[in-house]
Amino acid sequence: MSQTTVDQVTEPGYTAARDRPPTGTTGPWGWARANLFSSWWSTAVTLLLGYLILRFAVSFVAWALINAVWTVPFSPQGVPNTAVCQNAKGIGACWAILPDKYRLILLGRYPYDQQWRPAICVVLFVTLYGISAMRQFWRKELVLIWIGTLGAVGVLMWGGVLGMPLVTEDQWGGLPITLILATFGLAAAFPLSVLVALGRRSTSLPAVKMLCVLYVELIRGVPLVAVLFMASVMFPLFMPDGVNIDKLLRAQVAFILFTGAYLAEVVRGGLQSLPKGQAEAADALGLSYWKKTGFIILPQALRMVIPPLVNTFIGSFKDTSLVLIIGLFDLLTMGTVALSDPPWQSFSTEVYLTLAVIYFVFCFAMSKYSRGLERELARAHRR
Amino acid sequence: MSQAVHNIPHMADTQAPPAIVLDKVNKWYGAMHVLRDVSLTIAEKERVVVCGPSGSGKSTMIRCINRLETHQEGHIIVDGTELTDDTRALDTIRREVGMVFQSFNLFPHLTILENCTLAPIWVRKMPKADAEELAMNFLTRVKIPEQAKKYPGQLSGGQQQRVAIARALCMRPKIMLFDEPTSALDPEMIKEVLDTMIQLAEDGMTMVCVTHEMGFARQVADRVVFMDRGEIVESGTPLRMFEDPQTDRLKLFLSQILRGH
Amino acid sequence: MQGFPAPDLHARTVGHNDEGGHALAMSGTTADPRLIAARAVPKKALRMSWSDPRFRAIFWQIVIVGIVALIVWYLIGNTNRNLAARHIATGFAFLGRVAGIPIGESLIQYNPAIDTFGRALVIGILNTLKVAVIGVVLATILGTLVGVGRLSSNWLLSKITAVYVETLRDIPLLLQLLFWYALLEALPAPRQALHIGSLIFLCNRGIRVPELVWESADTWALVAFLVGAAGTWLWNRYARQRQEATGRRPAVWPVALLLLIALPLAVWGLLGAPTAVELPVLHGFNFQGGGVISPEYFTLLLGLVLYTATYISEIVRSGIQAVSLGQWEAGGALGLGRGAVLRRIVLPQALRVIVPPMTSQYLNLTKNSSLAIYIGYQDVMSIANTTLNQTGQAIEGIAYIMAVYLTISLSISLFMNWYNARIALVER
Repeated sequence: MSQTTVDQVTEPGYTAARDRPPTGTTGPWGWARANLFSSWWSTAVTLLLGYLILRFAVSFVAWALINAVWTVPFSPQGVPNTAVCQNAKGIGACWAILPDKYRLILLGRYPYDQQWRPAICVVLFVTLYGISAMRQFWRKELVLIWIGTLGAVGVLMWGGVLGMPLVTEDQWGGLPITLILATFGLAAAFPLSVLVALGRRSTSLPAVKMLCVLYVELIRGVPLVAVLFMASVMFPLFMPDGVNIDKLLRAQVAFILFTGAYLAEVVRGGLQSLPKGQAEAADALGLSYWKKTGFIILPQALRMVIPPLVNTFIGSFKDTSLVLIIGLFDLLTMGTVALSDPPWQSFSTEVYLTLAVIYFVFCFAMSKYSRGLERELARAHRR
Repeated sequence: MSQAVHNIPHMADTQAPPAIVLDKVNKWYGAMHVLRDVSLTIAEKERVVVCGPSGSGKSTMIRCINRLETHQEGHIIVDGTELTDDTRALDTIRREVGMVFQSFNLFPHLTILENCTLAPIWVRKMPKADAEELAMNFLTRVKIPEQAKKYPGQLSGGQQQRVAIARALCMRPKIMLFDEPTSALDPEMIKEVLDTMIQLAEDGMTMVCVTHEMGFARQVADRVVFMDRGEIVESGTPLRMFEDPQTDRLKLFLSQILRGH
Repeated sequence: MQGFPAPDLHARTVGHNDEGGHALAMSGTTADPRLIAARAVPKKALRMSWSDPRFRAIFWQIVIVGIVALIVWYLIGNTNRNLAARHIATGFAFLGRVAGIPIGESLIQYNPAIDTFGRALVIGILNTLKVAVIGVVLATILGTLVGVGRLSSNWLLSKITAVYVETLRDIPLLLQLLFWYALLEALPAPRQALHIGSLIFLCNRGIRVPELVWESADTWALVAFLVGAAGTWLWNRYARQRQEATGRRPAVWPVALLLLIALPLAVWGLLGAPTAVELPVLHGFNFQGGGVISPEYFTLLLGLVLYTATYISEIVRSGIQAVSLGQWEAGGALGLGRGAVLRRIVLPQALRVIVPPMTSQYLNLTKNSSLAIYIGYQDVMSIANTTLNQTGQAIEGIAYIMAVYLTISLSISLFMNWYNARIALVER
């Protein structure tokens, strides 16, 4: 190989970076070209979608805002005169139903002068979610916070102490019922699910493992409607003579059993994702099964399952709407109750859209949080 | 300007037409200027090693040669065909140019043998039996014929990379591109891959190889090209480049590489 | 996830064997440990002592299973007493009684005056399957389109599909169903029905579409199509064999076109090409003739498809993203065209990621179809509920519901296990 070749040696300094040749790939026009009109196919999609969106937006704004009816006159007996709304039907929304019915929809048939109590409960629940979402509160004390808050909710809703008159469950309704079912359901299903998940992973207790598998697969195999239905039909048969469980408790038990089965699978996923070395290290230290599980395995596994746990909670929050079938008055049921008032009967779209916004705000906030957390945990895990 | 002559030290020796010509190639990612007036001519059977710090554009350049990336200015001519938007030209070039990736990119759902026969069957239209014979031939050359029925996940990194080389060779390419083939490997596996590449070089394959393996460069390369900040800073024989670096940037790079090893 | 523990277990047993072998080599007096004959693991006797882990395991299992059995026994006892007090006889004798419950739509003949509860419950299953099967097909198509749309380089398309997915996922399905049902009910009466070219009518009684009058020529055309499908399959096999032998693959699509479209058309044409179509006609206050899609069925189908498609789109999206860009590049660098890379390299890998969560979405859709009961579509739940109210046979009704849904779930699980096993074989 010859070594006397002429080498290429450019200037020791750096060649200055040049701007891209002016092909219009930068700036707003460049952005539009790259993202909206990059090919004839893309251009066609953009134009078609743009046209449809514009048309929909224009007619929606006209219906929801411009032509909407915001108030209607009431007779001295408090009966609304919805003639204006009837005339505007199909052209404009009738938002007048909301100021008339919002307390009924949100808080149900709770005694009117006592409605501050369920309202505070809603605030308590939202605060509880907020606190649980913050990482600095992920300590043992969080359990106490949950127990305290749920206890406070019980006291506020039932009353009978501290000068608050007793209000029985059949008068509860609206958003508090939705939040109670979902939150108490999660709180009770969580310990259950951890035990079931541990039982299902057990190698030394085959009979217990069988029971856990049977429970999880039976529940996951049937729809929630069927479970609720069973709860409402079978519980009266299960109870000894004279004992009667009210509807709310039946639904709550059904929710706990249902959520527990799904959560158990989530927790099992977390347990499976732990490297085997962790358990072996604990064994090598001579820790007993419960110490090993409580101090080494669960704290790590549960941290990993928080995002899917939040997703399960979102699911059960949406699923609370199904209690309509056993005659409980959750948020959605109260919406249909409000719509059964003859003057408002034909304005379901307005009510359903409002309810959709409420559900959406709760679920979207939670799923946004869970996705952010998932990314964060994945990053921490990789490190 | 006689830059082309400067660029091809062995042109006079080999008398062969150039296999690859890059002429003032420029490329941008968004507003970032990643290839700056890169000109390089590689003769047939020449072995070129491209080195440089990370982010210097060496991978981008090699990926432009078989158009995994598109350049925005300048010309790239491979085996007499200029790379343009024309897909027919692209098809011809990709058949003639084999590529080995840093992350192997074997197809995990196919056996080793199927990985190697896929392209000969579907691109070269070979009968299955012939393709398998060819593949076994090359797997024997990279010394892993006994793994043919296994899946990539069952092989070590070094074995996977040798399969990747065999897979590319099964297309009977005229030119082989290597994009940091040993960077993702554990130290004890680097040698087996380098040995395969040295054997390939001895067989007279035109090779362009992005690597930091200076021992390999010394042993095999006809020419070392040093890139930094998207441009070719210096090029020459391995001996001259390593013993007598002309630019401060190469000196700095070499000192960092040596310290790292 | 279910596939993972097995290799671990395997690894563990292998590890134990290694340790055993090692220990033998260390303690053995012979120079070559291989000469020692293999022995079975010695059986240790169970000690009746708290310090024996096996004794503890058995003790705890007896305690836990005992508690569960006690609870079950207590509940069964209560149930029997309650049933006796209410004078309800258990058993499935009621299945043979005349049902007398009206059923709006059914795939098989049903007359409430003469047909039995048994037949009514079968109709429930058929109605559930009708909405589930068609829902699964439509949701898969829509979900795939949306999933691909979200990955589109077109900003508007990817944003609009994202908004669709994010919104509908976060609103309860039941609320969506009630909303669509209210919208359909707000449609004009049959007399003022919206229509598309006087062929398809949209009114508050549902959707009316023209219906083909089925004749023997149509049957023969269908037979020809099936024959054509079989022929195409055979030709495809032949093409593969030819390719393996010679490297040249005979073109498949012209033959497929000929067999699947031209052949049935020719048969249909030779038999007189009957084109009789029954059109829906307004008659009094409602339409007569033509096919009808009831508002309940349409609402349920629409709601299920729109809701499930959001989940399917996410599965499809992550499936496509799971295949690294490197696979596309490696395929391209080998000279394969985009279509070939997609067909031979990317799809087989993406499907492996997509199929397991997809089947669980199919199961979800089927389970969610039980929301039919809220809008009055008569599926399994709804007919079981009516039957239960009429006969008081609560336990049997629940058993029927459980049996139907568990059978569907079990079938899907079995398919999943079969699929996972197949994948596992292909993988390693």
